[in-house]
Amino acid sequence: MSTAFKINGQQVSVNDAGDTPLLWVIRDTLGITGTKFGCGIGMCGACTVHVNGRAVRSCLTAVQDVAGAAITTIEGLNPRGEHPLQSAWIRHQVPQCGYCQSGQIMQAAALLKDIPKPTDADINEVMSGNLCRCMAYVRIKAAILDAAAVMRGKKP
Amino acid sequence: MKRIIQSLLGLGVLVGGAFLVYAWHPEIAKIEPPKPESFAAELVEKGRVLAGAGNCASCHTLKGGPDYAGGRGMHTPFGTLYVTNITPDVETGIGGWSEQAFARALRLGLARDGAHLFPGLPYTSYKNITDADVTALYAYFMTRKPVKMEEPKSTIPFPLNVRLFQAGWKLLFFAPTPMQSDPGKSAEWNRGAYLAEGLGHCTACHTPRNILGAEKTGAAHFSGALVDNWYAPSLKGKGDAALPWSANELYAYLRDGGSPLHGVAGGSMGHVIEGLNRLPDQDIRAMAVYFADLSGNPVDPSAQEVATLMARNGMLPASATAEEKRGEVIFKNSCAGCHYNPPGLPNVLRPELSLNSAVTGPDPTNLLRLTLEGVSIADGLKDAYMHGYAIGLSDANVAAVARYLRRTYGPANEEAHSAWNTLDKSVGALRAVGREHK
Repeated sequence: MSTAFKINGQQVSVNDAGDTPLLWVIRDTLGITGTKFGCGIGMCGACTVHVNGRAVRSCLTAVQDVAGAAITTIEGLNPRGEHPLQSAWIRHQVPQCGYCQSGQIMQAAALLKDIPKPTDADINEVMSGNLCRCMAYVRIKAAILDAAAVMRGKKP
Repeated sequence: MKRIIQSLLGLGVLVGGAFLVYAWHPEIAKIEPPKPESFAAELVEKGRVLAGAGNCASCHTLKGGPDYAGGRGMHTPFGTLYVTNITPDVETGIGGWSEQAFARALRLGLARDGAHLFPGLPYTSYKNITDADVTALYAYFMTRKPVKMEEPKSTIPFPLNVRLFQAGWKLLFFAPTPMQSDPGKSAEWNRGAYLAEGLGHCTACHTPRNILGAEKTGAAHFSGALVDNWYAPSLKGKGDAALPWSANELYAYLRDGGSPLHGVAGGSMGHVIEGLNRLPDQDIRAMAVYFADLSGNPVDPSAQEVATLMARNGMLPASATAEEKRGEVIFKNSCAGCHYNPPGLPNVLRPELSLNSAVTGPDPTNLLRLTLEGVSIADGLKDAYMHGYAIGLSDANVAAVARYLRRTYGPANEEAHSAWNTLDKSVGALRAVGREHK
C-alpha cells in the first residue's frame, strides 16, 4: 500500500505497510535521521515530530494515519537551522549527549505556537513527556523562555 | 364450548389475516438503471450535500472499501446486521430500483421486493425527508459508480430475522406520518429540526432504545445512549458535559468538528462531521439553533465559570488512591503535552479534558476508546490528529489514566455510574473492538 504525504515541504510517497510507525518511515525509508527512537511506546518524546503543525510521537503514529498530512521533522523546522529555539539552544549550550534534543525542540516549538508567553508551570506541564537522561532540564527551560522572548521581539 | 373454540379460531384467523394484509407489501418492478446523464448536475450536487447531512457513507461504506458498497457490520443487541450496497449495481445494489422504490425504502423501511427492512436503516427518521430531497438523493446514488459486492448475512437469530415480523415492530413503534413544521418557531429552527430529526437521524444514536430496539420517546429523546461501542452523549441541558451547549458552542462543534468548551468529535461523531462538511453554514446554524432550544437556549458561560472548572487543573483530592496517583503520573507524561491548557479559555486544539463529556459523562467508553485509538486526521477538527496509545499503554495503565481524570474532573458521587468502576475489564474489551475497527 502506498501512502503519500508531505515531509519538510516535499511531497513523498512510500510503500511501507500501513501500520508501520511513521518514525521508521522517516528514518529508514526516507533516511531523515534527526528524529530519534527512544522507547517506541510514546513515553519519552525523542521521536516527536509535527503532523499538520502539532507535536505527535511518531513511534505511535501509523504511516497510514498521516496520508495527505504535512509532516515536519527537526530538519524542516527552519531551512537554516535558525528557528529561535535552535538559536537559543546554542546560546544556552543545552545538549549534553544530544539524543533527546530534536524531540525536545519539536515539542517546545509546538508549545510556543500555542502558548507564546509560557510560565514555568506551563513549560513543566507541556514538556514533562520529553525525557532527558542527561538532566539538561534547567537549560531546556531557560532556552525555551529565552526563545519565547525572542519570538515576541526581544533582541537575542 | 365448541362454539367458543370456533369463535376464538375464527378471531385468530381474522387477526392473522389482518396482520398479513398489514404486513404484506407488493414488489415494485425492477427497472433498467437510469443513465447517469439523465440526471441534472445540480440535482446530483444537491443529493451529494444531502448524503453528507444523512452521513450515508458512515454506515454504507466499509472502512477502506468502495464508496457506498455496504458490508459494514452494525452491532446491535440482537446480532450483527450487515449494511447493504446502495451503489447502482443491478444485482447487488439498487441499480434496478425506481425512485418510487427508493423513496419507499427510505420512508417506510421496505425493500424493492416488498420485504421489511430492519430499523438499522433509520426510516423512523427518514420518513420526514421531503419529496424534493428524496429525488435529489436518488439522483446522487444512481450516478455513483456501480460496485458488485454482496454484504455478509446478518447474524440476527430466528425468529427475529423473519422479515415479516418486522411489520409487528412497525405496528408497535412506527407511524409513517412525517413531522409537521412548528409555526410557532422560526424558519431557522424548523430547518434545524428537519435536518436533525429527518435525514440527520441524530436520534438513532443519541436517544436510548427500548428492549425491542425502538427509540424511547418523551424525556428520553436525545438523553444519550451507548451504540455500537461508542457513547452518544445526552444533548439535553448541559448534557453530559461540564458546561451547557449554547448555540455558539453547538455551531462551532458541528461546523469545525470541535469547540473550545466541549472538545473534539471522535468516533462515529467524527464521521458525522465529515458528512456535515458538505452543508452550508446556514444549515449548520439551523441545527445549532434547534439543539440549543432543546436545552432551553443556554447562554455562553462566563470566563469566570470556565476558569473555576479548569482551576481544578490536574488536582487530585488528598484522598486519591495509589492507582489514581499512578494515573496522574502517566497522564502528565503521555497526555499533558497536548491536553494541558494554561488558565484562561482553553484552546480548541488542546482539548480540555476537565470540560469533556468523555470524562464527565456516565459512560467511560469514549474516553477509553479515544485513548486507545486516537482521532484520525479526517475525524473531528480539520487536520488535527491524535495517535492512539494501543501500543503504548497497557490495559492497567489506560484504566489508571481514566481513573485519574474521572477522580479529578468527574462528579463527586460516583455510585450512580457503575460503568466507571469496571474500567479494567472495559479496556480489554474495547481494545479488541478497536482492533476490529482498524
